[in-house]
Amino acid sequence: MLGRLDWSAIPLHEPLPLAAAGGVGLAVAASLFWITKRGHWGYLWREWITSVDHKRIGVLYCILALLMLIRGLVDAVMMRTHQAVAVGDAQGYLPPDHYDQIFSAHGTIMIFFGAMPFIVGLMNFAVPLQIGARDVAFPTLNAASFWLTASGALLVNVSLVIGEFARTGWLPYAPLSETSYSPGVGVDYYLWAIQIAGVGTLLSGVNLVTTIVKLRAPGMTMLRLPMFCWTSLGANLLIVAAFPILTATVTMLTFDRYLGFHFFTNEAGGNPMMFVNMIWAWGHPEVYILILPAFGIFSEIFSTFSGKPLFGYRSMVAATMFIVVVSFTVWLHHFFTMGAGADVNAAFGIATSIIAVGTGVKIFNWIFTMYGGSVRFETPMLWSMAFLITFVVGGMTGVLLAVPPADFVLHNSMFLVAHFHNVIVGGVVFGVIAGYTYWFPKAFGFRLDERWGKIAFWFHMIGFTAVFVPMYWLGLEGMTRRLQHVYDAGWTPFLYVMAAGVLASVAGTAALIMQLAVSIRDRRDERLRDDLGDPWDGRTLEWGLPSPPPFFNFAQLPDVSGEEAYWSIKRKAIEQGELPEEPDYDMIEMPRPTPTGIFVAFFSTLIGFACIWHIWWLVMVSGAGVYLAFVGYAWRDVHERDVSVDEVRRADQAARAPRAAALARLVKEGRT
Amino acid sequence: MRAAHSASVLRPAGVVAAANRDILLNALAVMIVVAVPTIIAAIIVAWWFRAGNAKATRNEGFVYSGRVELVVWSIPLLVILFLGGIIWIGSHRLDPSRPVQASPGIRPLTVEVVSLDWRWLFIYPEQGIATVNRLVVPVGRPLRFRLTSASVMNAFFVPRLGSMIYAMNGMATELNLLAAKPGRYAGMSAHYSGEGFSDMRFITHAVPQRAFDLWAEQVARSATPSLGAGNYAILRRQSRDRGEYVFRSAQPGLFDAIVAQRLAPAGGPPAVRSATDAEEK
Repeated sequence: MLGRLDWSAIPLHEPLPLAAAGGVGLAVAASLFWITKRGHWGYLWREWITSVDHKRIGVLYCILALLMLIRGLVDAVMMRTHQAVAVGDAQGYLPPDHYDQIFSAHGTIMIFFGAMPFIVGLMNFAVPLQIGARDVAFPTLNAASFWLTASGALLVNVSLVIGEFARTGWLPYAPLSETSYSPGVGVDYYLWAIQIAGVGTLLSGVNLVTTIVKLRAPGMTMLRLPMFCWTSLGANLLIVAAFPILTATVTMLTFDRYLGFHFFTNEAGGNPMMFVNMIWAWGHPEVYILILPAFGIFSEIFSTFSGKPLFGYRSMVAATMFIVVVSFTVWLHHFFTMGAGADVNAAFGIATSIIAVGTGVKIFNWIFTMYGGSVRFETPMLWSMAFLITFVVGGMTGVLLAVPPADFVLHNSMFLVAHFHNVIVGGVVFGVIAGYTYWFPKAFGFRLDERWGKIAFWFHMIGFTAVFVPMYWLGLEGMTRRLQHVYDAGWTPFLYVMAAGVLASVAGTAALIMQLAVSIRDRRDERLRDDLGDPWDGRTLEWGLPSPPPFFNFAQLPDVSGEEAYWSIKRKAIEQGELPEEPDYDMIEMPRPTPTGIFVAFFSTLIGFACIWHIWWLVMVSGAGVYLAFVGYAWRDVHERDVSVDEVRRADQAARAPRAAALARLVKEGRT
Repeated sequence: MRAAHSASVLRPAGVVAAANRDILLNALAVMIVVAVPTIIAAIIVAWWFRAGNAKATRNEGFVYSGRVELVVWSIPLLVILFLGGIIWIGSHRLDPSRPVQASPGIRPLTVEVVSLDWRWLFIYPEQGIATVNRLVVPVGRPLRFRLTSASVMNAFFVPRLGSMIYAMNGMATELNLLAAKPGRYAGMSAHYSGEGFSDMRFITHAVPQRAFDLWAEQVARSATPSLGAGNYAILRRQSRDRGEYVFRSAQPGLFDAIVAQRLAPAGGPPAVRSATDAEEK
């Protein structure tokens, strides 16, 4: 009945995962109880769970990402504290099978369910607003993408209490991940979680590419697109091109494990090297899928907080597309040490360092954006400055690793681990926190508290430095990654500093949570309230909308007449001392909410879980469930709901009122 | 312990390691020349143009400059052009399969390396002996390693001697190194290979040629077991035993038999392994 699932799957003898699961279970139960007691279910179902509004889905992505980043941080704390007490003959507090699961889960969760959803969430939220669209091209598909990602995240976390997670690292290199060396369900959890979430990401990529190419407002030509939209376009093109490789690779390994195929086995003509080759053919573009949108966020922030347009806009566009293309020609640098030969290594090494040209151009252009501007150091700008400085270092160590003879002694060392954390934390994580702070008022109508934001920033700076500077050094000292225990007692002081550093990052994260709590408490306060919808003196279209924007975004689609669409409208209004005339409002058709997304994801989760435990009847039933969910959707008669002219007018007039009042104040002060 | 077993790549004990380090430091120096001024410029520009600085001249119209763009593209381009040269030359000169130059007349010593779960087997085909978790090499003589794996991937790495290389089942990789001075150097697997990975380390004893010959003779005359397919079948089983062993003789062609999979790949954890063993019988 339950396939291979029985009581032995529950780790009753291990207190750590059980306590963790108990804690999470209690928290979930408490929030469910609270929602029920306050009668919020209807609201949640109508406005969030079945919503196809890109802004809502964007927010859901970010919430998922925040939760998963915290889970990944807990893993990081365990690794750093464990290693600090596992030196010489000591074995620390985590046995190898447990420690190996933790570093595998840490990487998997941070990349697939922390960084990716955060990036996708911010793109979902901001891109349609910036290009002047009412929603993404395929709103229901968008909801399905999100719920599929959440489904993958759920499976990874279920593995904590039912069964085990993979012990094969965040990329399960064959043949270690084959059944003969990893007979447990850990790798299966990985495969199904990644497969399901990967499909979600691929669909989301298709959606956003179409949105940016097809749904731009009148006058929003490609060379008037805000930089964030350009980098999002680049990232989503990469998703569309690279994720099928991931899907194929994961499928092949799944066939090996479930059907006795021999794609990557040692025996019967399988080729484990092909797994490494294929996974990195996806894996390296993936790095740019993460970092490009972060570059876009920083571009928006440098420009906005310097009070200047982005310097060298066309150069930035060229650099972005240059990175998109070149990022597909460098994956072999992840395995220079496989012995491919000098010509191959040199070619890929040079291609890798060429990417640094595009990145270097961007760095210089950001500096010139600040040059001659009037720089305001609010928290989004602080994160961006921290990025600018740390990314130069991370880029430099990256190019160093691209030099094959240097990589021959640094590959798989702590130096490598320090390098990619340097760029992914310093680039992607700083970027999403900056973006979260930047767009939060747009999403919720109030700003995040500055004081707690700065506290969080400085704690994270201390943590970042204290963890990754010693880590670089340990790599040069010959310490490899993924060690359950460490033999050289001379490394102890560095391990202690790193453990202290990760605790500082925990304090920083606690400060971020505190910031959110304080801001929600004081949301009606003059200090945080965002009446005008333009808290940072923004330059792109989203700042012309009220905060939060109505579900149809624009009462009338904007007519864009230059770069920095909103900036010119705003300047004109201030010069003339009055808002542009009220447009002739039209009826708007908006997509209807639908539970298709969550139904599909619900059954997909069951398919994944059932495949992991070989519960074949459940696979069939859930497969039918998925099928019926979208057939049911395809059968619908009414696609859209109409928003009446009255409703549009009312919403727009409500949004215009505070702006008109603000303009009147300016006129009175004689500043127009 | 620290001095004897240091694994620092910044303290080379051989020509390859020294070349690795030099390239690493040279590439770093080239980039620092650009990176440090960039960081300083970023901080100075941001601070000088802060909103509260009355002395700064604002120029909101400064959004494009052909000359600046030229510089902005050419600085990284020039750096990469230069680094590209280093990469091309370095990759060829330090290709792991390229023999290390030594005085004429000195033949390289071949060592065959098999990574096991989770220990290292070293076979000396010329001497006809083998060791586990103990690598003894002569100083000043080029070392030619041929590597394979009995099961999953590993990376053979002696940081103070230089470059690492993967050991993979069903194929042989090649690595050429040279120990320039006597000493004991830490060796390890640099590629995660499962539960016992952290203990997959060995000491490399670099000794003078005479001492090496003496040691090899001693081993050959010792009463230790010999290594054939039978003992190999025991060795390749998963084990976290970190002991050092020597074999007075090693069956010729054993390494090639493993590479060609005439000796089947080792199984994994016990439950599955017994099944594989049964198949073999």
